[in-house]
Amino acid sequence: MPMQTRRSFVAMAAGGIALAEGSLIGRWARAELPQGTLVSEVRDTLPGKQPLIKRTYRPPNYESPAEFFDEVLTPNDKFFVRWHLANIPRIDVRTWRLNVGGDAAERGFELSMDELKRDFEPAELVAVCQCAGNRRGLSAPHVAGVEWGSGAMGNARWKGARLKDILARAGLKKDAVEIAFNGSDRAPLDATPAFVKSLPAWKAMDENTLVAYEMNGTALPHWNGFPARIVVPGWSATYWMKQVASIRALSQPLASFWMNTAYRIPLGKFPIIDRFTSQESATTTPITEILINSLITNLSAGQRFRAGQPLDCKGIAWDAGYGIREVQISIDDGATWQSATLGESLGKYSFRTWQFTCPPRAAGRLSVMARASNTQGTVQPAELIFNGPGYHNNVVQKIALEIV
Amino acid sequence: MSIKRRFGVGLLFSLVAASAHCGESSIKLAGGETAALVRLRCSTCHSLDYIVMNSPFLTRAAWDAEVRKMTKIMGAPIPENEVAPIVDYLTQYYGAN
Repeated sequence: MPMQTRRSFVAMAAGGIALAEGSLIGRWARAELPQGTLVSEVRDTLPGKQPLIKRTYRPPNYESPAEFFDEVLTPNDKFFVRWHLANIPRIDVRTWRLNVGGDAAERGFELSMDELKRDFEPAELVAVCQCAGNRRGLSAPHVAGVEWGSGAMGNARWKGARLKDILARAGLKKDAVEIAFNGSDRAPLDATPAFVKSLPAWKAMDENTLVAYEMNGTALPHWNGFPARIVVPGWSATYWMKQVASIRALSQPLASFWMNTAYRIPLGKFPIIDRFTSQESATTTPITEILINSLITNLSAGQRFRAGQPLDCKGIAWDAGYGIREVQISIDDGATWQSATLGESLGKYSFRTWQFTCPPRAAGRLSVMARASNTQGTVQPAELIFNGPGYHNNVVQKIALEIV
Repeated sequence: MSIKRRFGVGLLFSLVAASAHCGESSIKLAGGETAALVRLRCSTCHSLDYIVMNSPFLTRAAWDAEVRKMTKIMGAPIPENEVAPIVDYLTQYYGAN
């Protein structure tokens, strides 16, 4: 069993007081986040949430500390919060309606929550919801944006109607190219582009794409999109429209700042398979599927352990749904790697837990690295795949510990 | 036709969450005559921790691009003659050194 110093144990028991070296908040990330990010971060509690790491108050952007990922399913009150526009209405589910239509739909209609639950066979799955910019704050060099550490993600059991069933009722015309979504959030200024997003029609018709009204067995929290949000397993959370109010089948690619300018990555730079061809330009493409990644959840930078005792290392790994093949651990700066033991699978879109016991060590410094690979043979890179917007950061992380 | 009209959402709004978070008032901007102007122009749409968080690594050109993004894309009504002083302030107090 790992032996912590009394000092760090007391700090842990007190719930996140900074240690002598490193902190429970940032772990490995702490040393790498911009100085101003560290100055402005605080633990803050949104109504209905546990204390999260506040990045910005308005619109609210809050991430989960690494220790919240000790559980494979992220509880609703520990789930990260991310909004683009500051006016977020409280939705009355009794008057809420989902408007379905568009120029590439045969017919339009509205659904109440009762109808959404009654008229469409419910589907349930576990899936990771990860912000496209998760770990942006760890980019080297730093880039502008919300300076996320490793916690702009969560894993939940989602229940809802299949989007393809709703679209079947609308009747997709042959020329339907994209399905667009709008939520109920608004910017303080009318001149600001509405946060609207679209999916390629083929992805919208995937049997795993949902209009979810439950998260981990209960209604979605307000901050996570009550009363319903789009769930796109395997794809970046930018498509998971919160407080979804309208669904439009389009015969032309959606023209929107949030599609044509934001959330785009350099074409051909990342090992992705899912293409969004109707929105591709000569040089960039909308971000699509999330990349293979992992996180060590039970260790933090600077933590101390007693020499001569085995050290328990735990974490999670995830990808776009191809399936985790292996998680490897290195305790010699990447010279050699050994397989961790994978936990039970909760489905191909879920976090997968893993565990590794490091052999007893003599006193000194010890760096622990975790590296996941998937069934496609894609492995986390040893060097960051840099891009200006700071997306898709899945570089192998390293946590430096002290053995005393 | 604007995107907003195209989607034509007829939802009833109660902007309970629109009011500023109480923690927001604790954010202090660095000194300088322009701080009040920055607070006035930027805080209409977002809390000022967006500025502090994005420091100190943006060059003057990068801060200029951020401010232009706010005026040209996000529709911030910042008069042209205020843009340079705001960019100067952000560069001096929150820019790369």
